[in-house]
Amino acid sequence: MDMLTQWLGWLPNLAPGLVVSLQLTGLALLIGFPLGLLFAVMAAAKLAPLQWISFLFVEVGRGLPALVLLYLLYFSLPDAGITLTSLTTAIIALSWNAGAYASEYFRAGLAAVPLGQKEAALTSGLSGWTGFRIVILPQALRISTPPLAGLAVLVFQASALAFVIAVPELMSKSFEIASISFEYLSVYMLTAVIYGSITLVFLGLVRVLERRLSRHLQRN
Amino acid sequence: MELLPAIAQGVGLTLYVTGSALLYGGIIGLVLVGAARSPFAIIRGIATLYINVVRVIPPITWLFLIYFGLPQYALRLSTIQAAIIGFSIIASAFMAEIYRSGLLSIPEGQREAAHALGLGTITTVGHIITPQAFRVALPSIATYGIGLLKDSALASTIGVREITYYAQQSARQTHEGLLSFITAGALYIVISLIIAVVARRTDLVLRKKIGVA
Repeated sequence: MDMLTQWLGWLPNLAPGLVVSLQLTGLALLIGFPLGLLFAVMAAAKLAPLQWISFLFVEVGRGLPALVLLYLLYFSLPDAGITLTSLTTAIIALSWNAGAYASEYFRAGLAAVPLGQKEAALTSGLSGWTGFRIVILPQALRISTPPLAGLAVLVFQASALAFVIAVPELMSKSFEIASISFEYLSVYMLTAVIYGSITLVFLGLVRVLERRLSRHLQRN
Repeated sequence: MELLPAIAQGVGLTLYVTGSALLYGGIIGLVLVGAARSPFAIIRGIATLYINVVRVIPPITWLFLIYFGLPQYALRLSTIQAAIIGFSIIASAFMAEIYRSGLLSIPEGQREAAHALGLGTITTVGHIITPQAFRVALPSIATYGIGLLKDSALASTIGVREITYYAQQSARQTHEGLLSFITAGALYIVISLIIAVVARRTDLVLRKKIGVA
């Protein structure tokens, strides 16, 4: 019971941190996913330079540990004369990371649309771009949605890394409270409960989404 | 140019933490997957609960909980011990899921065939099911191992002197932030590539030896 009263006392201090965590996650997804789609399309482009840019973006974003990517931007942008807040730096790093993984899912989604669809669109007199936009893309997006939703959950968990560059998100707030109160175990357990329960809610939504999106496949 | 040797000092501990966590996590994962298939609902429930609880908490929160939280109960851990315990717990849940999908891929007929040949349950599991399931699971284990290698960078936050720790140190000392972390990143990528190549080779060898129907 003692722990519960402690927890209730800390919640008002942690809540703003959680809001920052959610904002960070939301922005990283909002920027990262479209970038991922762009780089997936670029990977399939006929122009070699476009392929190379896409390759570099995806391989750096996926190959480096998210923490290293975060430090890399944090320590290098000021050297390049760009002064950004730690929150903006974290948004860029997480968007890059999320975009790199998303691009692989988009690529798989695009590859899963049967070639006949493209041929049919062309035969129907649609131009390449219109055919892509109204025939191929919607089907690819439907296929990529479940893994992307799963990725969104991982991005939320990765947002805790922004702690290392002092973004005032949930993990930083917990660290602050722990260093003042010395109640490390209790504070971090509460933090784990908050991250865990929000992740569970996300995962529940993902499952509902998956069921809805696969409804058209259950014909028998 | 002094950056590379300075940061490469961390490779040993990066590999040690990742390897230990994969080993211990792999063993606990075996127990978990066994428990998840137990005939007792309570044991199944506990295993499922463990797997889910572990996976919904961010790794950095796990590390802080273990490194800063446990000493309150007089359980003093070194940074390396805390990191290995934390990552082993995390790995165990993911490894259990990987084993489970490996086991699911083995057709029921294999078990029936082994049974019909008069093999006991232990022999069947040890000689028929496990080798095939392992063959199927190996690529996923390698992929997870590479993910874990990258996650191990987090151990720097509790002071384990691995690659990222030294990169941070040289960034601070030399003011070559960009170069330090590019070097660290390159080290991670090289190690990942080596793991990927070894796993692919092993997979090819196993594929020839152990066919999966």
